[in-house]
Amino acid sequence: MVTLKTPEETAKMREAGRIVAEMLAACRGAVQPGVTTAELDRIAAEILKRHGATSNFKGYGVPVLPPFPGVICTSVNEQVVHGIPGKRRLKEGEILSIDAGAVVDGWHADAAITVPVGKVAPEATKLIAVTEEALRRAIATAQVGKRLGDVGAAVQDWVEGQGYTVVRNYVGHGIGRAMHEEPQVPNYGVADRGRKIEEGLCIAIEPMVNIGGPQTRTLEDRWTVVTADGSLSAHFEHSLWCTAKGPIVLTAPEGSAAVAA
Amino acid sequence: MAAESAVSGAFLASSKPSKKDVIEVEGTVAEALPNAMFKVELQNGHSVLAHISGKMRMNFIRVVPGDKVLVELSPYDLKRGRITRRVRY
Repeated sequence: MVTLKTPEETAKMREAGRIVAEMLAACRGAVQPGVTTAELDRIAAEILKRHGATSNFKGYGVPVLPPFPGVICTSVNEQVVHGIPGKRRLKEGEILSIDAGAVVDGWHADAAITVPVGKVAPEATKLIAVTEEALRRAIATAQVGKRLGDVGAAVQDWVEGQGYTVVRNYVGHGIGRAMHEEPQVPNYGVADRGRKIEEGLCIAIEPMVNIGGPQTRTLEDRWTVVTADGSLSAHFEHSLWCTAKGPIVLTAPEGSAAVAA
Repeated sequence: MAAESAVSGAFLASSKPSKKDVIEVEGTVAEALPNAMFKVELQNGHSVLAHISGKMRMNFIRVVPGDKVLVELSPYDLKRGRITRRVRY
């Protein structure tokens, strides 16, 4: 069931979103060659603790998957999403997707960025830019009265026009009382199809873009999703609140709050 | 964190001729019950009671808790299903 959120409810989500933005900014600042993904997880966990917020990532998956061990997902290079933070040391030239979430008083927020580690190949820089632009276009499309198919089509048309592909096995999602609520928000679609965007709808839009084919595979740890062909993959995400005045990015950093794209 | 697409199962299914009238969804086996029945947690959060299809039984496809499976649901009773495939990771 899709639930529409009231301004009081989204205020809580905005609080959680601000914390998520802070986690991402801190991780982004700490990314450099030689740093392990576990260290980034520790930095993010500290911020959560300082704000008295809880993690919606740690322990996720029970009972059907082994509990996710981190408060963030760190997905390097060909890893698309859900990489588990660990001993892996980042190397110059790699790209890292950081996905973070927080819960305040039972209200969730979820966002992700992809950052280069040191100097990276021009192709990797372009992939990151294309994916970030895909998210920007998706947010701009998420106007009340449009449909989720319009959002998916905005991402797909842009990404495929740039010669890349969008992952289909994983999708954005409604967000609120739980991290994953209905509806599903695919990064592909047909304009003018799908659920209508109503005032109060809260969704996390998260384009996952591959240089090669769109197929994915899950590793033995049952979490880490990689591209089937080993090509690079990037991932950006924001949680939005759709209002009559346009979408409000709940996971924007402090200061740039209430940006209606 | 990205949600797993519930329609990916439907995409898989569309590659073979499928019966009309059934809804195919992907889920994860939560519990093995007696009589080759399983409790399957669907990606939309619902859980259904499902049995193994005859074809899977004949080929001795073992299904254990934690496996991802493709489940056919009858539109008449959405609480019960039929496991038609084990999906590879």
